[in-house]
Amino acid sequence: MIPAAFDYRRAQSVDEAVGLLTEHGEDAKLLAGGHSLLPLMKLRLAAPSVLVDIGRLSDLSYVRANGDTVAIGALTRHRDLEISSVLHEHVPLLAHVAGQVGDPQVRHRGTIGGSLAHGDPASDLPAACLALGATFTMVGPQGEREIEAADFFQGFLETALGPDEVLTEIRVPKADGAGWSFQKFNRRAQDWAIVGVAAVAGSRPGIGLVNMGSVPLRATAVEAALAAGASASEAAAHAADGLDPPEDLNASPEYRRHLVRVLVRRALEEAGAA
Amino acid sequence: MSILGNRVLRREDPKFLTTGGVYGDDLPGVGALWATFVRSTMAHARIVALDAGGALDRPGVVAVYTAADLDLPPVPAGMPGIPESMFRPVLAQDVVRFVGEPVAVVLTEERYQGEDAAEAVFVDYEPLPTVVDPETALAGGTLLFPDHGTNVATDFREPLDEHFFDDCEVVVRQRVINQRVAPCPLEVRSGMASWGADGRLTQWLSTQAPHSAKDALAGLFALAADQVRVIAPDVGGGFGAKIGPYPEDLVVAWSARAQGRPVRWTETRSESMLGLVHGRGQIQDIAIGGNRDGQVLAYRIDVLQDAGAYPAVGAYLPMLTKLMAPGTYAIPKVSASACAVVTNTTSIGAYRGAGRPEATAAIERAMDLFAAEIGADPAQVRRQNLVSKDFFPYTTATGFTYDIGDYMGALDLALEASDYAGLRAEQARRRAEGGPCQMGIGVSTYVEITNGLPDAGEFAVVEVLPTGTARVYTGSSPHGQGHVTAWSMLASEQLGIPMEDIEVVANDTDLVASGGGTMGSRSLQAGGLAVHEASMTLVDEARQLAAELLEANPDDVVLDKIEGRFHVAGTPAVARSWAEVASAAEERGGLRVEHKSSPSGPTFPFGAHVAVVEVDTETGQARLRRLVAVDDAGTILNPLLAEGQRHGGLAQGVAQALLEEVRYDADGNPVTSNLADYAMISATELPSFELVSMATPTPVNALGAKGIGESGTIGSTPAVQSAVVDAVAHLGVRHIDMPASPQRVWQVLQDSASHKGSE
Ligand SMILES: Cc1cc2nc3c(=O)[nH]c(=O)nc-3n(C[C@H](O)[C@H](O)[C@H](O)COP(=O)(O)OP(=O)(O)OC[C@H]3O[C@@H](n4cnc5c(N)ncnc54)[C@H](O)[C@@H]3O)c2cc1C
Repeated sequence: MIPAAFDYRRAQSVDEAVGLLTEHGEDAKLLAGGHSLLPLMKLRLAAPSVLVDIGRLSDLSYVRANGDTVAIGALTRHRDLEISSVLHEHVPLLAHVAGQVGDPQVRHRGTIGGSLAHGDPASDLPAACLALGATFTMVGPQGEREIEAADFFQGFLETALGPDEVLTEIRVPKADGAGWSFQKFNRRAQDWAIVGVAAVAGSRPGIGLVNMGSVPLRATAVEAALAAGASASEAAAHAADGLDPPEDLNASPEYRRHLVRVLVRRALEEAGAA
Repeated sequence: MSILGNRVLRREDPKFLTTGGVYGDDLPGVGALWATFVRSTMAHARIVALDAGGALDRPGVVAVYTAADLDLPPVPAGMPGIPESMFRPVLAQDVVRFVGEPVAVVLTEERYQGEDAAEAVFVDYEPLPTVVDPETALAGGTLLFPDHGTNVATDFREPLDEHFFDDCEVVVRQRVINQRVAPCPLEVRSGMASWGADGRLTQWLSTQAPHSAKDALAGLFALAADQVRVIAPDVGGGFGAKIGPYPEDLVVAWSARAQGRPVRWTETRSESMLGLVHGRGQIQDIAIGGNRDGQVLAYRIDVLQDAGAYPAVGAYLPMLTKLMAPGTYAIPKVSASACAVVTNTTSIGAYRGAGRPEATAAIERAMDLFAAEIGADPAQVRRQNLVSKDFFPYTTATGFTYDIGDYMGALDLALEASDYAGLRAEQARRRAEGGPCQMGIGVSTYVEITNGLPDAGEFAVVEVLPTGTARVYTGSSPHGQGHVTAWSMLASEQLGIPMEDIEVVANDTDLVASGGGTMGSRSLQAGGLAVHEASMTLVDEARQLAAELLEANPDDVVLDKIEGRFHVAGTPAVARSWAEVASAAEERGGLRVEHKSSPSGPTFPFGAHVAVVEVDTETGQARLRRLVAVDDAGTILNPLLAEGQRHGGLAQGVAQALLEEVRYDADGNPVTSNLADYAMISATELPSFELVSMATPTPVNALGAKGIGESGTIGSTPAVQSAVVDAVAHLGVRHIDMPASPQRVWQVLQDSASHKGSE
């Protein structure tokens, strides 16, 4: 439970972070809240030789209403999302989901940017961002670029982020008054989801799935069924279509397929999405 | 007015809540080397090559030792009858038998250096066939100890008479798994060893029993008993898993001697999940028979105990399971059979309840199955078969004599407090409505044995100093229970010296001459009794001396416990204080009484629990909604301490029913070796417990006290398991093994539905 030796650099700005990443290449890793990276390092499943700490870039910690969207700095801690009045007004789903992550200690350290950049299919916030149709901003040596959440997650713990890029902002369309639901199915309150479902109704409906494949997923078959006028339970019957969920201690793939159908139905009913 | 029986706040807590405890890892350890263990990554393999060369060049590395370096004999199993060929080598010798078994130790100047260096120790393993499942072990195709010729470590098997159930109208059979669980004390193993220039060993251990550790260490290093000192600093829980010293502790002591420097270690949680003993681990085949009117006539249990790789206490647990087989019931015929086998897994040891929870879980499951079979209410069937309170002391069919009990009384209290009738009505309503969330009610009654070790006594010294303050030395080994509070209450009650003026000394073999330690719920009835009796004797001796000082007849002298002074009855104005008497006693060797208690036998606490569970029949998720517990531990010294023991016990019992299970894959790789994968219970999974008081004093000791440390665990597990089954009983389910995880419950519901569909 002691990581292998590494160098530590603290970045004072995004540009400096990008510079350090460029300098050290594949050996370097950004450190935000450390709550995904450090456990891997302690188990020696990851052994970066340089850590570039962006955890103190306080200008990347914000939640701001901005026209039709809410902009969230990548370094915003889960706890700050959980209690954000801007989110409660415009995107309550995201505040709620952030409040379901781990335990208070985790929520006071972990950041939304770290959660998305890590790309863990078992994480809650990626599914919420998929359901909400979020857009991410990344900064690299070539400058800034944007990407849709739906295009961001590319493989197991793999995202569109280049090794020298920093995720800086998450923009979420406002969903004022739209129904929503987050169904997190786990055994203990502080556990990761065995299966989770984030759903938003309203003008831009969307459903994101937790732990149903190698990446955070959108329930496209359900969304299509809903668009075609299916009822909640009819649409939910498609929740596992085409999915290849993982097997672990808590669930077989078959059980996950069953769970996701139940949870999607409940989410749609709660969100009033059909 | 007596202080006994009051909710006296724990004297221990201000320290723990402010400056914090001093645990093994907090010891200053100036100049100590750190020990890091290289552990087997294979469940069963021959060590073909072991090369420490790579590690020796790493920064900070002082030495690497393997079995070849150690001149230490294997560790005796600590239990009679276990064959020597199954004794555990201190470091693995030629063969490794479970993942996590220490193979080598690396000594470094700094702790972190050890982890890097341990990775550089090269071990070449040649895999051997692995045995994880006890039934496979019993079949004996692969032997862990070929010299022994069998995997059976202990054998208490008894054949079953083929006519055993002949007079029964109904017989129900079931295989029940009492799964392997991990004790998970919050403090993992930790300690330090230091040898003096005089060849004396001082060892700090996170242990429940310093004195037996001292004996073990003295034996191992062939030292006179007074050449070893064991100190238990603050200990963050043990639950039975910290009774003996571990091989790692012995290696630490050996290394310290070899290096001429103190050596310390603290394991990680992941190591602890593999290295600390596990608990439970039984396959039980139960059969219960009786009449359709509800009378149980015959009960049989066959236990196959998983002992883990190196048999120790765990190999003896089925003995207790056998003896406690009939539980609270007056069953005319009881037959119990058991044996323990070795497997390529972590050894099984004592864990909160140790052998009794397994017995209770089995008989309670049997009662439920029997009730279901004859279509009767499970509470009613229990009531019909409980041992009546008029029959105590009661000798069971398996040969134990229960001291005292009122099982019907306990059951009635639990049913009343839970509004059992109301619960059944609500259940019927919810079944009729047919919603996805169904309710289950589980009832258990239990009796267990506490202070059941052959040596039931405990050592204490009580002394009063010339300052008028007192000191209590105890052979009990506090590690969270509140002994300081309890023992100062007992002494204060007799001496009339305020609790805050009483110091309690424990956990240091130089300061306390002997001790049995804290395990098996024995402290109050053994160690507390010793303090109580020693205090009374001390008062008598002090009265003699006070009489001399007062120039009075000793028979006329009384102790005013409010003022803490001795005077002649009727003339309180002329008195001698404790300080005066103790000062006068100084030239005669002081006011000091050394005593070992000798309770006349073990005690048998009992109780009844009612659990209410909700099961989401769509997902299989079971949630505990209520837990009503009647736990009769006899006369209660301090309700606050007793409730603390009950709360912890209940939580761990619920955990076994719903959440916790140590699992291995088919190759013997542990898959639950951290607290993310091993679902240790937390407050969020528990309702507020509803504790009901009941106190039937035992005649076995002067305090009327029975053990309370394990009761909660023993009663709650079957109540909660039963409630889960009950929630889905109307869907055709009779049994669900523990833990009742969502996937398992869902699977059972699937099977039951498809079974029905195919009928
Ligand atoms: C006990 C525990 C329980 C948890 N339970 C849950 C749970 O229930 N649900 C859940 O969703 N999560 C859970 N988590 C994970 C938690 O939410 C993490 O905080 C989160 O996944 C990662 O965020 P972080 O800021 O800690 O990232 P870090 O660990 O610092 O980084 C994670 C990865 O992202 C990269 N990275 C970080 N920030 C950026 C950035 N701005 N740009 C580019 N790359 C970046 C890092 O280089 C690293 O590879 C849990 C964690 C723990 C320790």
